[in-house]
Amino acid sequence: MATVELENIKKRFGKTEVLHGVSIDIQDGEFIVIVGPSGCGKSTLLRMVAGLESISEGEIRIGEARVNEREPMDRDIAMVFQNYALYPHMSVRQNMGYGLKIAGMAKSEIKRRVDEAAKLLQLSDYLERKPRELSGGQRQRVAMGRAIVREPSVFLFDEPLSNLDAKLRVQMRVEIRELQRKLGVTALYVTHDQVEAMTMADRMIVMNGGVAEQIGTPLEVYERPVTIFAAQFIGSPSMNVIDAEVRAGQVMLGHVTLGPTDLPDRPVSLGIRPEHLHPDDNGPLTLNVTLSEPLGANTLLHGTLEGRGEAMTAALPGVHMEKQAVEQVRLSVNAEDLHLFDPKTGQRLN
Amino acid sequence: MEKRVTFKGWLLPMLLLAPQLIVSGVFFFYPAGEAVWQSLFIPDPFGLSMQYVGLGNFEYLFNDPYYRASFVTTAVFSTLVTLVSMIPALFLAVLADRLVKGAGTYRTLLIWPYAVAPAVAGVLWLFMFNTRIGVVAFYLNQMGYDWNHVLNEHEAMGLVVVASAWGRISYNFLFYFAALQAVPKSVIEAAAIDGARFWRRFFTIVLPLLSPTTFFLLVVNIVYAFFETFGVIHTITSGGPQQATTILVYKVYADGFVGQDLGSSAAQSVVLLVVVGFLTVLQFKFVEKRVHY
Repeated sequence: MATVELENIKKRFGKTEVLHGVSIDIQDGEFIVIVGPSGCGKSTLLRMVAGLESISEGEIRIGEARVNEREPMDRDIAMVFQNYALYPHMSVRQNMGYGLKIAGMAKSEIKRRVDEAAKLLQLSDYLERKPRELSGGQRQRVAMGRAIVREPSVFLFDEPLSNLDAKLRVQMRVEIRELQRKLGVTALYVTHDQVEAMTMADRMIVMNGGVAEQIGTPLEVYERPVTIFAAQFIGSPSMNVIDAEVRAGQVMLGHVTLGPTDLPDRPVSLGIRPEHLHPDDNGPLTLNVTLSEPLGANTLLHGTLEGRGEAMTAALPGVHMEKQAVEQVRLSVNAEDLHLFDPKTGQRLN
Repeated sequence: MEKRVTFKGWLLPMLLLAPQLIVSGVFFFYPAGEAVWQSLFIPDPFGLSMQYVGLGNFEYLFNDPYYRASFVTTAVFSTLVTLVSMIPALFLAVLADRLVKGAGTYRTLLIWPYAVAPAVAGVLWLFMFNTRIGVVAFYLNQMGYDWNHVLNEHEAMGLVVVASAWGRISYNFLFYFAALQAVPKSVIEAAAIDGARFWRRFFTIVLPLLSPTTFFLLVVNIVYAFFETFGVIHTITSGGPQQATTILVYKVYADGFVGQDLGSSAAQSVVLLVVVGFLTVLQFKFVEKRVHY
């Protein structure tokens, strides 16, 4: 159990800077998800916390002690890798006990801890098997077990679910979260999957191009994304962003008025989440539908805005199968659901 | 999950197999058969007539103390060559694997000795250790060590072992290096997080993961030491002193082509064939059980 503090962490490979200064204070027992597209530096950040990458600049503190110069084994962390990284020549029991054995722990204590972890992870029947004799989900659990038995202060997860099929992923997502709550261990979890980020995180770090675009709870990020990137990365389907302007205290899309704002007159990037577009026969927006995707609970309508041509997606509740034939839908949006960004910097304005 | 191509007729599969079959037939089965046949006869020194003696050649062989000594020599020689060529190769591969800069140059230089033909390598080592004009022998002498592999059987053995193993290190290095590169990085990192330092990781994680490669190299190197070291021995010691470096293959040559005892030589070839066959089966059966995955 420990707090983790990252202070202005930078990473350079040669002359190329790939992390431009990330800071966050993580509370004891908090579950932090680092989410972003591939190449955004999220794995590098995690590996720096683990001690597998050197820290070019900044400071990492675990339990208030600076760990920059410490070897991975001295940081009191445990890591779960994307490909599980199990030792293929060892049984499940040996895999889980390897770290404890190296630490010089008594055999009886190793056995007790491994048995306990195995029970927790429903692996008791598989302890004598080799990793190759296990399914993907079981291997994932062994990797978890190996992390648990060491009773670390911090869990580090590097895209642990990305090799599992969709159904198992949902199940393991819940299991990992429950386990982490039960053990009360601080966790850092890297993923590119925004659904994992939304469902698992206490707080998330949305990363892009080596920068933390936003740090906040999932709902904060969803409801008030501070950059266009965060707005579009979190939420599915992705937020519509179109060019608009503020004139005389109104958000205007061409000559269509969408709602009031207290911003001065200026061009803006207007963000509207697909699920915030409502069917309304008197609505100000007209969508020329080119494709409809019925998902059961709701229906996605893809199309272009009448008279303007920008692509837009709307998520309408219920089944709109009969609207397959309908080529135009009129839509409205509440003024509080308008997200306004600076078109140049991508920063939030309202 | 068996993936098999099935052929309808016989013609195409036979055609595809033909090159391998013909090569094996001409260069292996035919001479081997000939050797088995000849081992049952004693030809006269001019090769004009042959006298059938049944297993007489074999009987004579196993009563020959020089032949039995050659077995021991071969065992010592091949064990030493295998160890001396594999352990440094592994060590160098581990070092090369850790290199970030200049790994390419290092690798290339390490592979070069493999390009040197055994006989040339033999001559090279012979000149270096020549008792009168050899550079190394000279410096050894300066340091007070009287090197003379022509008279000293242990020195002779040491020299042929080193000369045989030297070029082989490159070969083994290549395989070990490739195998090391194939060890998943994350497994090593997991072990590092688990608290294992470099050598601990090496012995508990890396070495077991290399076991298929080690097993393969063991077989290949023993077979090499048995057969392909002929050139080295021939150039450096010619089996001497006092047959101290006469391994089985060399004795086949010495008795057959120098001593003109073709019957005994053929019988020795047959014994060699059986020994190597047996060794290979043994290795596959027992050593493979300890190969981890």
